[in-house]
Amino acid sequence: MIRFENVCVSYEKGDAPVLDSLSFEIKAGESVGLIGSNGAGKSTLLKAMTGLISHEGRITVCGLTLDKQNLAEIRRKTGYVMQNSDNQMFMPRVIDDMIFGPVNYGMSREDAVEAAGEALATLGAENLADKYNHKLSGGEKRLAAIATVLAMKPQIMLFDEPSSALDPKNRRNLIGIIKSLPETKIIATHDLDFVLDTCDRVILLSGGIIAADGKTDEILKDKALLESNNLELPLSLTQRG
Amino acid sequence: MNKAQKAGAEIKAVEALAQGNSPVHRLSPLSKLAMTLAYIIVTVSFNKYDFSALIVMLLFPVIGYQLSLIPLRTCFYKLRIVLPLVCAVGIFNPFFDKEIMLRIGSLGISGGVISMLTLMMKGVFSLMMSFLLVATTPVDELCRGLRKIHFPKTLVSLLLLTFRYVSVMLDEVAVMTDAYHLRAPGQKGIRFSAWGTFLGQLVLRSSDRANEIYSAMLLRGFTGDFDYSPPKKYSRLSPLIALILISLFIAARLFNVISLFGRLK
Repeated sequence: MIRFENVCVSYEKGDAPVLDSLSFEIKAGESVGLIGSNGAGKSTLLKAMTGLISHEGRITVCGLTLDKQNLAEIRRKTGYVMQNSDNQMFMPRVIDDMIFGPVNYGMSREDAVEAAGEALATLGAENLADKYNHKLSGGEKRLAAIATVLAMKPQIMLFDEPSSALDPKNRRNLIGIIKSLPETKIIATHDLDFVLDTCDRVILLSGGIIAADGKTDEILKDKALLESNNLELPLSLTQRG
Repeated sequence: MNKAQKAGAEIKAVEALAQGNSPVHRLSPLSKLAMTLAYIIVTVSFNKYDFSALIVMLLFPVIGYQLSLIPLRTCFYKLRIVLPLVCAVGIFNPFFDKEIMLRIGSLGISGGVISMLTLMMKGVFSLMMSFLLVATTPVDELCRGLRKIHFPKTLVSLLLLTFRYVSVMLDEVAVMTDAYHLRAPGQKGIRFSAWGTFLGQLVLRSSDRANEIYSAMLLRGFTGDFDYSPPKKYSRLSPLIALILISLFIAARLFNVISLFGRLK
């Protein structure tokens, strides 16, 4: 479903690459945690995958090579939930934001409103539709941001630090929601407990390269590996003993 | 809440007003835009001494506010910063035009005073009507209306993105001023020596955020056009109402209704 082949990304010409010859493959339906310390390249990888920053090498998404010609189609199939929901919600009301994507991709207004309703129902957040974005709480904003992406009926969901700035109840609610989504998921986060609850597989990035790639249980229990990459064992595993 | 946050909240409050459902809200954006432009052009075209004739023009915005269920005080409160500037436009007229044009008892009123009042009224009335348009029409709908009459796509994009960018910038100003005052207790405003850095940082931060927002738009298929608000049904009578009102504006300009009433006596 997603394939990276020798992908390199640099922000400035001559700078050290943020992603360095990255190669991996993600199959349909997988839920992959993308972990790593600050500056490891997690957000950059998500941005490269959606064509927000240019790259060298080859990225294939849903069988389409990421280039100018396929960019719109790849973006239609990929839902990107940004770290800061305020940046993602730019229209006055939640419903305005939700139909923005579907209508841009050719859906009729009536169908877009229906898709928005379905997306909100999936999240159990029907009450948000007519609310003003600036009046939402942090948890509601995150739900609304996910709903705007779900309304586009994507095949792949990308989450950038989804649990940041959420209280424990909202965080727990979000874990339930992400687990229930059938789409292929990539979750870039520092919150290793969140990864433990939502992902079957983990890719550990360090300095723009893959330091480890494997089953969540195996990687997140490897104290030495995590510590050598400026991470720590998930709190829940530490408590378990 | 600091001043920038208050300003941001006021913009959002006006956007919220525009989502109402009164007879004025239900008129199509294009009809309202045409009416507002016609009103302003007619109002501004009055002769500088046509004080009495101009008073009739006040009726239109006042009735508009009543029908839209927006209190007039909301308009004056939101425009409190601009209104004094508009009123100041003709303030020097009484010094230049001293010829007595009207006598009320023994009190002589000069042409300068009349033209000053006329100018003030023109400005205030035009502002009232403009605010009525903004407070009853969501900016996205207005942009869609402009596109319908083939207004250039780039200019409409610019209008909408500028409108959105103001809120982004105010958010950043709010965060930065809070951070500044937390480390400069008791200081009023921002010290002059910090203005350069403050403005530089503001531009960088707000353009970073604007870039993020633009990315979010691109990811959801934005190509520079605006047809994305939920469908809204406007009154079919909108063009007819606009036509009637524009005719009334012109009639009020051509005939001095106040003096006509005077003659009936």
